[in-house]
Amino acid sequence: MDDIKKGFFRPNQKFTTKVRERASIEVKDFNVSIGGNHILKDCSLTIPDKQITCIIGPSGCGKSTLLRSFNRLLDMTEDVKIKGQLLVDGEDIYASGVEITSVRRKMGLLSQRPCPLPMSIFDNIAYGCRIHGIRNKKKLRLVVEHYLKAAGLWDEVKDRLNTPAARMSIGQQQRLCLARGLAVEPQFILADEATSALDPISSKTIEDLFLKLKQDYSIVMVTHTLRQALRIADYVVFMYLGEIIEEGPAEQIFKNPQHELTKKYLSGAFS
Amino acid sequence: MKLKLITDKSAAGVMFSLTLLSLLLVVVIAAGLIFKSMPILEEHSLWELISSSKWKPARGEFGFLPFIVGTLWVTGIAILWTLPVALLTSIFLTENSKRWVKKAVFPILDILAGLPSVIYGVWGIVVVVPWISDWLAPMFVEFSTGYTLLTGGIVLGIMILPLMVSLFVELFSATPMEMREASLSLGATRWQTTKFVLLRKNFPGILATVILSISRAMGETIAVLMVCGNIVQIPSSPLDGGYPLPALIANNYGEMLSIPMYDSALMFAALILFVVVMVFNIVSRVILRRIENKYI
Amino acid sequence: MKAKFIEEKVMKVVMALTTVLLFFFVGSIIYTIIKEGWPAMSWSMITDLPGGGFYIGKEGGLLNAIVGSLMIVGASTVLGLLVSIPVVFYLNVYLTPKSKLGYASRLAFDVLFGVPSIVYGAFAFTIMIALGLKTSLLGGIIVITLLIIPIFIRSMDEVARTMPRDILAATFSLGATRLQSVRVLVRQILPGIATATLLSIGRAIGDAAAVMFTAGYTDAIPTSLSQPAATLPLAVFFQLSSPIPEVQSRAYAAAFILTVIVLILSIGGRLITNHFSKNRIK
Repeated sequence: MDDIKKGFFRPNQKFTTKVRERASIEVKDFNVSIGGNHILKDCSLTIPDKQITCIIGPSGCGKSTLLRSFNRLLDMTEDVKIKGQLLVDGEDIYASGVEITSVRRKMGLLSQRPCPLPMSIFDNIAYGCRIHGIRNKKKLRLVVEHYLKAAGLWDEVKDRLNTPAARMSIGQQQRLCLARGLAVEPQFILADEATSALDPISSKTIEDLFLKLKQDYSIVMVTHTLRQALRIADYVVFMYLGEIIEEGPAEQIFKNPQHELTKKYLSGAFS
Repeated sequence: MKLKLITDKSAAGVMFSLTLLSLLLVVVIAAGLIFKSMPILEEHSLWELISSSKWKPARGEFGFLPFIVGTLWVTGIAILWTLPVALLTSIFLTENSKRWVKKAVFPILDILAGLPSVIYGVWGIVVVVPWISDWLAPMFVEFSTGYTLLTGGIVLGIMILPLMVSLFVELFSATPMEMREASLSLGATRWQTTKFVLLRKNFPGILATVILSISRAMGETIAVLMVCGNIVQIPSSPLDGGYPLPALIANNYGEMLSIPMYDSALMFAALILFVVVMVFNIVSRVILRRIENKYI
Repeated sequence: MKAKFIEEKVMKVVMALTTVLLFFFVGSIIYTIIKEGWPAMSWSMITDLPGGGFYIGKEGGLLNAIVGSLMIVGASTVLGLLVSIPVVFYLNVYLTPKSKLGYASRLAFDVLFGVPSIVYGAFAFTIMIALGLKTSLLGGIIVITLLIIPIFIRSMDEVARTMPRDILAATFSLGATRLQSVRVLVRQILPGIATATLLSIGRAIGDAAAVMFTAGYTDAIPTSLSQPAATLPLAVFFQLSSPIPEVQSRAYAAAFILTVIVLILSIGGRLITNHFSKNRIK
């Protein structure tokens, strides 16, 4: 894992944040409304570095919206109104003049259903590097091999790198998407219920990968399986109807929740 | 048996036979055209008909090459300029524009699609023909009437533009949002995403749409007939006049009974059109329906 | 700035330009038709028959073409609906979505839809010769009916297929026969049918190539099915090539009338869809 952060593939180190500048995501009084519906209300929180943060809460509480606002995918929706600040490494990503592409590049996204791009396995991984200007074939091959290994996929696919990615199993596809995200050297991994479409074995594989990756990345995941959060979360954020009810280290939230709603949710009174 | 079941059954019978009857129409048209073009096919070989450029009906010489080449020219020009325009427009509509732009553009497409062929012809004569003869052609040739293959191609292109744009818009909107998000979240710009993901993903659909548009363009008659000169010759440049197949049929139906074999020759022209259009149509529809079934 | 951002900006401008191009085309066409056609318009253009022959006579108007077009399109719309509505119901109520017959017939209607109208015209003409018919109102009606049926079926089928099949299942489970559930379907797709009808009429009224062979052209209003009939598109086509300016202006007037009719039909179709679509279950 070591050489990932060394900028081995990118000598000028333009995008990967230097270690001492590395901070985290800070959300300050963040409000989102889509088409008149107030979806996120005055959300404030800090995502800790190099830990797994789980955002939990009943469906429709704004978890995914919060996650999607981290890498500004929210911009894709029409009629979005955003108020408040969202600082990534100390920089407000919603300020004008921010390069969205470099913000997004800092975050690898894993969506609910794996979504391989319409190209070969090799090109899927190489896509991000090519987008960012790496054309050297030898280098690309190194990158692809490295990140396929990081996602534990290398041994399964090394003989068929040129077959379309859509022919892989769904669990393999999700790991491919993870590897694809890692290949642009992000700092965060955003996972939006990334295991909900997978079989138990594949989702276990993904969880194990997350536990390994958290040495180097901050991982933010939205989940509505409480048990998953119990298994892997270091830090937990509980949301309800667009508001952040409670946040804190996993142990504290699970063992000693302060808020009435959190207690009810954790005891399974609603989900 | 209950009355309502009997009516149901008989209604089904009626509907079934109506469906079959309309299906039969394809076969009947094909059979009729083949039957009528048999005389000329018995006299000349198929190859001779489509490869000879001698067109002297009164002397019994029927070479369709000038007309086939004319059709190819006009259709080619039309597709060549509309494909990029239609692609860019539909990408703009699905990927980049606000809702009000779509609301403004779709009625415009409706109108373009609804205007009769003859209106395009009038517009071509009043606007495009003078533009070509006074402005464009003098830059390349000494004299042009303005009634050229290029004129036909321009007018024809505008006529197939709405079809292309609406099919492309349908294709692109059916492409899952997640696919774009996957590319964007790697730090790609919207244009990179469009270029590398959207266009690539929809390549079969784009191909099918182009084939469909070609088949539509080939059969267009009146507008093209009005603007492209109708000169029997093998054209050498887009600024020459030409004579596409549909124009041949439309222009000569009046005398087709007075010259021997002429009617058979014109029906053969119709048969060529029918076969080409049908094959192109089936190919593209099969591709498009495959895609549709995959997504929905 | 980086190349990729420049490329992005440039492409966005180019795309906006091509979209504006659409507006330019429509604007230019409508402007041309109004500029040439409006000065030629007068009451007598709509109420009079052409005097002294349509190709050389300077007098008179377009009544023959207007009436002829309305007769042909009116009759073929009725005939076309009589055939296509049952077919659409058959495809959507009686057949399951996966049915082979359904697939084959939809493909066939796609093909028929794509057959150029000149081919319809040529085909119908040979049939008429075989039957010993002359160019006539009846010939025009038959060929336009044949032309309009695939348009009707395709556009209505598109509307009908958007209807969720659960509604049908719901009526079946109440013990309705398939024919009775057609009524439910009718209520669902009625606005769709209306829109499809209007748009198809627009296409039928503008078609010149097919009626050229079959309906012919004449100065008079046909009084029986066996007489030839004039039509608006052909009024444009034939009179525009005349050397006499008065006759040419009649062609522009015909183009103007035709455009107005088609625009009204197209706008009407859109209004119906917008107005009724709120009552539909999607």
